[in-house]
Amino acid sequence: MPEQQRKQRPAPKERVEETAEVAAPTEKGEKLKGELDDLLDEIDEVLEVNAEDFVKSYVQKGGE
Amino acid sequence: MAVPKVCGIETEYGVVLRGAGEANPVLASSMLINGYVEHHKVGWDFEDESPGRDARGYARDGAQPPEIETHLVNTVLTNGARYYVDHAHPEYSTPECADALELVVADKAGERVLARSMLAARRLLDPGQEVVVYKNNSDGKGNSYGTHENYLVDRAVPFANLVRYLLPWFVTRQVFTGAGKVGGENGAGGVEYQLSQRADFFEEEVGLETTLKRPIVNTRDEPHADPQLYRRLHVIAGDANLCEVATFLKVGTTAIVLAMIEDDFFDKDYSVVSTVPAMRVVSHDPTCRATIELVDGGRMTAVELQWEFLRLAQKYADDTGLDACGGEDVGQQVLDRWESVLTALERDPMLLDGQLDWVTKLSLCNAYAERDGIGWNDAKLALVDLQYHDVRPDRSLYERLVRAGKVERLADEAEVMAATTEPPASTRAYFRGTCLSRWPDSVVAANWDSIILDVGGDPLKRIPMMEPLKGTKAYVESLFASAKTPADLVSQLGQESS
Repeated sequence: MPEQQRKQRPAPKERVEETAEVAAPTEKGEKLKGELDDLLDEIDEVLEVNAEDFVKSYVQKGGE
Repeated sequence: MAVPKVCGIETEYGVVLRGAGEANPVLASSMLINGYVEHHKVGWDFEDESPGRDARGYARDGAQPPEIETHLVNTVLTNGARYYVDHAHPEYSTPECADALELVVADKAGERVLARSMLAARRLLDPGQEVVVYKNNSDGKGNSYGTHENYLVDRAVPFANLVRYLLPWFVTRQVFTGAGKVGGENGAGGVEYQLSQRADFFEEEVGLETTLKRPIVNTRDEPHADPQLYRRLHVIAGDANLCEVATFLKVGTTAIVLAMIEDDFFDKDYSVVSTVPAMRVVSHDPTCRATIELVDGGRMTAVELQWEFLRLAQKYADDTGLDACGGEDVGQQVLDRWESVLTALERDPMLLDGQLDWVTKLSLCNAYAERDGIGWNDAKLALVDLQYHDVRPDRSLYERLVRAGKVERLADEAEVMAATTEPPASTRAYFRGTCLSRWPDSVVAANWDSIILDVGGDPLKRIPMMEPLKGTKAYVESLFASAKTPADLVSQLGQESS
């Protein structure tokens, strides 16, 4: 029946798209990881030295 | 009928004076503000301040009103903001805004004012010293300072109704308002990472205090507007947000919820059993799967309860419209974003990296932990948490993420910079700010609901501004165009009102 065929048609197409997507993440994931590593390296340069002392010395008075 | 949700945000910034032996936070805060406004300073007028008045209608009993330190630096800016020293912190109160998007811009402008202040303060400091501020709410050692939202509310609404719906609202909205925090405080043990900077500090459901036994719903009744018509809901259960999407949602959704309370639109009671512990249950669960118990029976996750609020809000938008919530356009944007954020929170909260602060910070912490092989007790993650909120543009980790294109912005940076000096056109802040930029030497003092002008002769003229939506650009632009002097302005205002 035409009605059913119309309903069924999208299914294989979706599956094709899914397989295409599965292939992408590895490449995309590696690229993202590379970007993230670069960003962390960049952040390393601005992070306060001696994390422990710095965090310990940050003391505030309560407010509001 | 819901009144327009005029809104604003007050932020107390964390402050340190580096390179000095003994740090005095009051002095450091004063230097920031003095450095910023040294060219001109207009005093704040305290006549109408009454922070000890209680919205529940009774006089305070034993509770001390918050101390007002009139000798501290306190000033008004040409953008209509108030910039002052509160306790031991620099505090920036945005001008009154008419919608959530406008407030996103005004709040971000506040960060830029603080950043400029840090540069300006250097001129007042010895070489090697620096004042640094952090837009966060906790020092990680049990001390908290606030970020408060304010909303205009109809005086006719019984306060008990506000309390009934706001308690579950504040408990559950943390899933998008939280700024994220490494660890727990105030007795909250075993917490690696949590949604909110503030959840650990709430100890009561309802109350007048803001510094001790903090209540989830604060009852301060100080409308800064016509007290016969309005309340100002003073919300202390929120975090300082850097992500604009988070600020937008926090303000936009709360405005809609308040309008629904005013219009008696709730058909169901969402009261939570043990609200104070529920704040922590929600905050301590970055998976957003923990459930809380409802008084009417059953358990729900915070996200599920948020869906209930959203569905009601969508119905409210259809039935009543969103005129009172910043208009149809902004209101609809709030509803759309609210829906997409709840959908993502249900699938995987990490999808909101770059939209919500708590997710963005968690994602950064996770990346560090993975790369360096460190755990949650490593000081480096606490440092990442703290420095995420550093307001110096070159040191702020949040700003690094923005520059790397990892954070979604809603405000245009040129608009943000303009908002550091220009008031919003949509509220009485326009009148306040324009008087100040036009006649700085004639403005003797100003506060939220009045301005005092020296028009040359005795006595000084006090202009009341009890209606937050008068004094807008549309209202007073022609007045400013025709008035050549402050005396002209006063006489024309006199003619208008007679």
